[in-house]
Amino acid sequence: MSALIAVALTLVALGAVAVVMTDDPSRQAVTLSVFGLLLSVLFMTLSAPDVALSQIGVGTAIVPLMVMLAIRKTRDKQ
Amino acid sequence: MTYYAYIVAVFVLLTGVFGIVRSRNLIHTVVCLSVAQSGTYVLLLAVGYQRGVSPPVFGSPPVKPSTSVTDPLVQALTLTDIVVSATVTALLLAIAVQVHKRHGTVDPNELVALEG
Amino acid sequence: MTRTVRFVMFAVAGGAVAAMLLLGVLDLPHFGSSLHPYRDAAVPAAVAHATSNVISSVNFDLRGLDTLGEETIFLTSVIGVAALLRPAEDEDERTPPRGGRLLDMTRLFGYVFLPVTLAIGFITVAHGALTPGGGFQGGVVLGTGIHLLYVAGSYHAIEKVRPVEVLEYGESIGAAAFACFGIAGALVAASFLGNILPLGTFGELFSSGSVLYLSCAVGVEVASGVIVLLAQFLHQAIEVESDVEAANA
Repeated sequence: MSALIAVALTLVALGAVAVVMTDDPSRQAVTLSVFGLLLSVLFMTLSAPDVALSQIGVGTAIVPLMVMLAIRKTRDKQ
Repeated sequence: MTYYAYIVAVFVLLTGVFGIVRSRNLIHTVVCLSVAQSGTYVLLLAVGYQRGVSPPVFGSPPVKPSTSVTDPLVQALTLTDIVVSATVTALLLAIAVQVHKRHGTVDPNELVALEG
Repeated sequence: MTRTVRFVMFAVAGGAVAAMLLLGVLDLPHFGSSLHPYRDAAVPAAVAHATSNVISSVNFDLRGLDTLGEETIFLTSVIGVAALLRPAEDEDERTPPRGGRLLDMTRLFGYVFLPVTLAIGFITVAHGALTPGGGFQGGVVLGTGIHLLYVAGSYHAIEKVRPVEVLEYGESIGAAAFACFGIAGALVAASFLGNILPLGTFGELFSSGSVLYLSCAVGVEVASGVIVLLAQFLHQAIEVESDVEAANA
């Protein structure tokens, strides 16, 4: 297994821990976006460009945007 | 070392589930579920990978029909998986917004209306 | 159940699941092996249908039925979110607040990249059978590209450009077009979603039969669906407020 794939896999594992350990949901949206980018880098090193395109569009743009809009709606206005 | 990719996939899945267990906010839970689903993408693509070959997109017609490329079927499965994950996340976020409207909180420990 | 009980249960159950999964993956073929029976069956079938992008061929031609199910899931989820997030009786619409500060660089970036992103989206959808991409990826790029107007402009700007009622029709027409291709395949070639159009030459735009048109149908559906989906969330977050929130403000 090449070093590039090993590094990409390690970054994905660390990114998953980072997303889960971020408690504030509005910060977690940004961490999720970075995790989506790390996943698409991993998919490119695994020779899957179609899947990487899809993951960039969905995991980096759409899901974090929806999360931030949901956070805005459920913020306690005190 | 040859199994490192599969171990990372299992690790990401279990990390996501651990995040769901320790979560104090419904939106945090939904994001952790999305992370758990990413573990399955890694597993599928790791199964379909072959060392030293190109992606399954051809520029010109392949010389012999059985050219070696990475497995296209698991990549198509992963594409469907990504779409379904995004739609499930959207629906769960909409439910979390509605829960906040009805009960005023998104903390699962305070949502006692379903208990006994 | 208390948090401690929850953690203990997770430790026990998670440990068992981890052990079983690790035992399972240790029996898989080595990472990077050359044992791929599905690839050996799928690639010759895709090349026989003159499709360069084998993944698009699997999605729209060899296993088109799965894509029909996936698009139905997408359509249903957009309907579900629209139903869940519709304003309730005790909620009013308010005018969205104008103003807010925006860096000039952000505005320039948005306005320069908006036409580029839309062009990339159209190209990705149209070349679904040739290059990595296809209906879904191009649709997502189109749907999120339009929201550069929201990020680099204002909510008012995107409201003017985005007719949500028309896009709801567009989404349904995209999904229906996919199903109609399937029925046409069933009528002409006696197999649902069969590839009935002329195959053309490998590597040209109008090759691979019906994959191009199915890719465009899926692109229309996904782009419209993404815009409608984000419109629901934007509407709820920005324009709608309940009477309680208005009283607290």
